[in-house]
Amino acid sequence: MTTSPTSENNVQPRRVDPLATTASQEEVRQRRAMKISQPTRNRRIVVRYASLAILLLIWEIYGRNVNPVLFTYPVAIVESAVDMVADGTWLTATWQTGSVLAVGATAGVLLGIGTGLLAGRSWIAKEILDIPISALYALPAVALIPVIVLWFGFGDPAKIFIVAFFVFFPVVINTTRGVEEVESELLEVTRSFCSSERAVWRDLLIPASLPYVFTGIKLAIGRGLVGVIVAEFFTAISGLGNLIVTNSNSFQTARTFVPIVTLSLIGVVLTAILGVVERALAPWRRDA
Amino acid sequence: MTFKNTCIIDGLSLSVDDDEFVSIVGTSGCGKTTFLRALGGLLPNSARIVRTELHGSALQAPEPRVAMVFQHFGLFPWKTVEENILYGVRVQGRTEPRERMERLLEVMHLGHARKKYPRQLSGGMKQRTGIARALVLEPELLLLDEPLSAVDAITREVMQQEVIELIKAEPRTALLVTHDLDEAIIMSDRIVVLGGPPAHVVLDIRSPIERPRTLETVRSHPEYLGLRRRLWGALESGRAAA
Repeated sequence: MTTSPTSENNVQPRRVDPLATTASQEEVRQRRAMKISQPTRNRRIVVRYASLAILLLIWEIYGRNVNPVLFTYPVAIVESAVDMVADGTWLTATWQTGSVLAVGATAGVLLGIGTGLLAGRSWIAKEILDIPISALYALPAVALIPVIVLWFGFGDPAKIFIVAFFVFFPVVINTTRGVEEVESELLEVTRSFCSSERAVWRDLLIPASLPYVFTGIKLAIGRGLVGVIVAEFFTAISGLGNLIVTNSNSFQTARTFVPIVTLSLIGVVLTAILGVVERALAPWRRDA
Repeated sequence: MTFKNTCIIDGLSLSVDDDEFVSIVGTSGCGKTTFLRALGGLLPNSARIVRTELHGSALQAPEPRVAMVFQHFGLFPWKTVEENILYGVRVQGRTEPRERMERLLEVMHLGHARKKYPRQLSGGMKQRTGIARALVLEPELLLLDEPLSAVDAITREVMQQEVIELIKAEPRTALLVTHDLDEAIIMSDRIVVLGGPPAHVVLDIRSPIERPRTLETVRSHPEYLGLRRRLWGALESGRAAA
């Protein structure tokens, strides 16, 4: 029997080299992908940011020709933002909103993952949780706010609860799905090799459900932002929600848009961070 | 035993000698894979009906002394080749047999791919990893469930040769389920033809072709065509009976 090649790049067929099939499969896959069009990384970045710049430019031109009470434009927003950062209102509001969001979303995500893992693995947990989760998920969460205020008051605990409530459902639903969809073949492999239940979680269930968990969290980011603003509007008014209400009440549209844009940026940044974390946690899904 | 109210295996009894390589062939759907899974303890409710005895003690659930190679490879996508091979060792809390693993990596031509993930491998390489994962455990009984049926024809022949070499180097009791007659003839000391369903033994013969077998010696062996014809006849009659 011949020895194996040492170099990664050695794809020369000796006798019948299994590596040769690897290379050709890779090529075929690439060729298939190229059929539509294979953009380089640089071109993708150019398209992504150039289109964004054009969008902002159109907004700028249009916005300058509209009554400033009704609409605004990017440069005016930036000028207002500079003012609001300088006098400290922006930082205070962002801190208030950000801390409520961070605590509430963390609680909601952790609870969602835990409950989802349980419901995915145990049919009893699934049967117990299935109807309550669908019922609460379908419920317009805003309808619960008067009750939540009764329970938690108007302060931060109520806001944190609302954010957690908004975040919980997409995470729990996706995590449950992820665990349920673990390949039965691989479960059989863990049984065949006499794995303990703990090791099944470590080797199979958690890594297999990871992409689903991340999808859940991605959806939860948007819902968390909705939750925090709803909370700030309907309980003790505070944070970025407060800035939106007070500035729009005094018809300062450009200043109203500063907290709105801040919220979008929080969403964009969180989604980007999540993508980085996911790639770091799931190296096997990265392209070869 | 029954599965979804269909009787799949009915009164099947098989005893295998130590270090014997036995192939079970049969047409698809005859219950040969079910039989193998029951032997490996993977069908939990079958223990009362299927009694597997290994060196005098009964086997009811999967045990560390039995290792299985799966048709679908059964590799973990998030584990590298190396981690997949060591899976059984780690799960069973054994000390890592470094030297043994290095030798398997070399014999199976996996050395250069040890840090790769399954999705970067061809079918043949995946099953080499699956076979290494079972063999690294030094099982008393090796169960092979159509291990090469998802691999292309050329790689299949190369890997049949590799498995023969491995078994020659360290004899092992093995049961191979396959629907490939040539594979059965090349690999085994004894061939059992199943008919069905319900699965029953149609033919149970010792191969007239002695070890060491290679693709060339087997195909040019005077008994080869006769054996193949007998097996084929048995397969046909088994199917007709069903």
